[in-house]
Amino acid sequence: MLKERFWPDGVRAAKEVTEAVETMLNPEVVVSSSPHIRSDVTTEKIMWQVILALAPAACAGVVFFGWHALAVIIVSMMAAMGTEAVTRRTMGRPVTLNDGSAALTGLLLALVIPPGVPLWIPAVGSAFAIAIGKQVFGGLGYNPFNPALLGRAFLLASWPALMTRWQWPANSLAWAGSHVDAVAGATILPLVKHGRLASLGLEIPLSQLFIGNVAGSLGETSALALLLGAAFLLVRGIIDWRIPTAYLGSVAVLALVFGENPLFHLLAGGLLLGAFFMATDYVTTPITPRGRVIFGLGCGLLTMLIRKFGGYPEGVCYSILIMNATVPLLDRYTRPRRFGEVAKGA
Amino acid sequence: MRPKTFRGGIHPQYGKEMTCHLGIETLPAPEQVVLPMAQHAGAPAEPLVKAGDTVDLGQKIGEAKGFVSVPVHASISGKVLSVGPVSLPNGNVSVAVTIENDGEDRVFPELKAPGDYRQLTPERLRELMREAGLAGMGGASFPTHVKYNPPEGKRIDTVVLNGAECEPFLTCDHRLMVEDAEKVVTGLKALMRAGGAEKGIIAVEVNKADAIKALEKAIAGDPQLSVAPLATKYPQGEEKMIIRAALGRIVPSGGLPIDVGVVVNNVATAAAFADYLATGMPLISRVVTVTGRGVKQPKNLLVRLGTPIQKLLEACGGFAEEPGKVIVGGPMTGPAVYHLDFPVVKGTSGILVQSRAEVAGGESMACIRCGRCVKVCPYSLLPNFLAEFAEQGNLDQAEAYGIMDCRECGCCTFVCPSRRPLMQLIRNAKGKILARRRKSG
Repeated sequence: MLKERFWPDGVRAAKEVTEAVETMLNPEVVVSSSPHIRSDVTTEKIMWQVILALAPAACAGVVFFGWHALAVIIVSMMAAMGTEAVTRRTMGRPVTLNDGSAALTGLLLALVIPPGVPLWIPAVGSAFAIAIGKQVFGGLGYNPFNPALLGRAFLLASWPALMTRWQWPANSLAWAGSHVDAVAGATILPLVKHGRLASLGLEIPLSQLFIGNVAGSLGETSALALLLGAAFLLVRGIIDWRIPTAYLGSVAVLALVFGENPLFHLLAGGLLLGAFFMATDYVTTPITPRGRVIFGLGCGLLTMLIRKFGGYPEGVCYSILIMNATVPLLDRYTRPRRFGEVAKGA
Repeated sequence: MRPKTFRGGIHPQYGKEMTCHLGIETLPAPEQVVLPMAQHAGAPAEPLVKAGDTVDLGQKIGEAKGFVSVPVHASISGKVLSVGPVSLPNGNVSVAVTIENDGEDRVFPELKAPGDYRQLTPERLRELMREAGLAGMGGASFPTHVKYNPPEGKRIDTVVLNGAECEPFLTCDHRLMVEDAEKVVTGLKALMRAGGAEKGIIAVEVNKADAIKALEKAIAGDPQLSVAPLATKYPQGEEKMIIRAALGRIVPSGGLPIDVGVVVNNVATAAAFADYLATGMPLISRVVTVTGRGVKQPKNLLVRLGTPIQKLLEACGGFAEEPGKVIVGGPMTGPAVYHLDFPVVKGTSGILVQSRAEVAGGESMACIRCGRCVKVCPYSLLPNFLAEFAEQGNLDQAEAYGIMDCRECGCCTFVCPSRRPLMQLIRNAKGKILARRRKSG
């Protein structure tokens, strides 16, 4: 029966000659548009690899700040995944926990808040990040702003005291000598910004900044751990080198312009975490090669302006969020020249 | 020296080891052939025969209709059973002539060998390629003679023979170059004479070292000819990419190879031309790679045009297991089929059978804007945006973003981690844009 549909009148007679041969394929055989092969890289695999790349930084945070930091990470990730499940179900949409993006957002948020916060802080922050930062826009792929950074900005605006209560890892203040009490309540950035270190005659503890044995957000302090993860992502081709290079490069250059130590600016605060793991978030950054360079440069410029002239000691979070808003424009105006495209006016 | 290449592209699993070392076997002519009149791009040929007629091997049974068209010839001798519509793997319906084999392979008496290309004028050679029924055998099946009749003011200086065979799994061109290098080179020389070109380049991916060696030997130091080793990368064999790689010339957006003085032909087309000049036998057979994990005994087969693909699979021992997908052509561009009565046509380079486990699938998710499609697109398009515009039906914006530059190589879909059917959406929108242009213009 079916066969005759594909073999209209003219050929039916001819068909009967070879009727003995069964040529109709089993209906379970797939017929679909080309291409018929796919790369084995999937969105899920990408997300889990980014999580893996953040593991060294997370471990460093637990090592330096203790078990409470681990609790913060776990609560943050659980809250993010829980909020994802609840919001998706409420909207009657498929629950997309497997894609790993909610877990990643939860982890990133934990890494950018102080390690000693009460546990409801990461819970509230992650819930906000997922519900307001991501799901109200339609879920993965549609959110204009980095959800984890949005969550952090929300927490900072709502509970500024809790969100700026810093702790130095045990025995990490030996470099301050007799001035321990003068520096213990702040991170390195404001200490340098307001000239406190210089007035006390102290040097910036660069090697400690590199290892991460300093006060700061849970996962931002260890440059070493972050660079390990970043190298993994770069080698695996998961992140584009353009954004971090432009971002870090412009920060270093501007530090020189402002007459400050570029190495200090690269290692201090949340810059490395931001440049490699936040400013490279696919969804909220440009897709074009040139757009990515401009995005990175913009982040670097804003970060340094905030660090130098802003009211806050650190500017990574806001600079990335602000640049997130420019992404549609950047994508539109940095389209690559097409193969064989003739320059306009030429 | 690093092999030449282009920007973008992908490195899929090639799967060529299944057949690349297997010599070409001749498949006996089947009891019956189905010869569609639309085996080439352009206007279908007009049938010259009717049911009940007796035809000879090589006899013209379809006459070219209009300039962008080529004739169709009988690939067996026997009785015409019917002339009527059949569906083709690409979804089109074409009138086809079905011939029952009388088993005699009685050659059409009027066929005669045109002889040495050096004794023939370029004009005559151009007529002959059409008489031979030549249409690009790489897959697109564009009538060959049309490429050699450039518009006023355009000139051909170089003929590039495409031996890249960048599609995974296919090895028909590879085997042809290894086993019939002389023929390929003779065909190239004839094509160069037809087009008045002074340079001939055979471009081959470096993964076919034996083919490169055989061709270099066949060239025998002819200063006008050369073999260009190209990087193994898909879509190296796409027309614009092979010109970019072999010659460093960039075909303008919306332009044709002739705009940079080049004609590109598949190596099999050149060999078929050489065959015709030497024997007078038009294009009635071709090499087809039957391969994939779903095939019991993969092979390179020389088959008569019009042979149902089912016969090819039978010759390879049938399916190795329950097939998951049957593809006519390569895995990047070939259409999947739902039955095995489809005939081999001039552009059929392979039959690929995937096992059930191999069938690519997975739920399509939202675009995460990772940019992989942008990175691999050989034409520097933004496939994610094109697909988005296509989904929205925003054809104007899609055109503004260069959708018509897309050659449908499928790299974007291959790399998409969210399993979005990018190329399918883009192809669909291109079709709508073309339809709109026809309507308004």
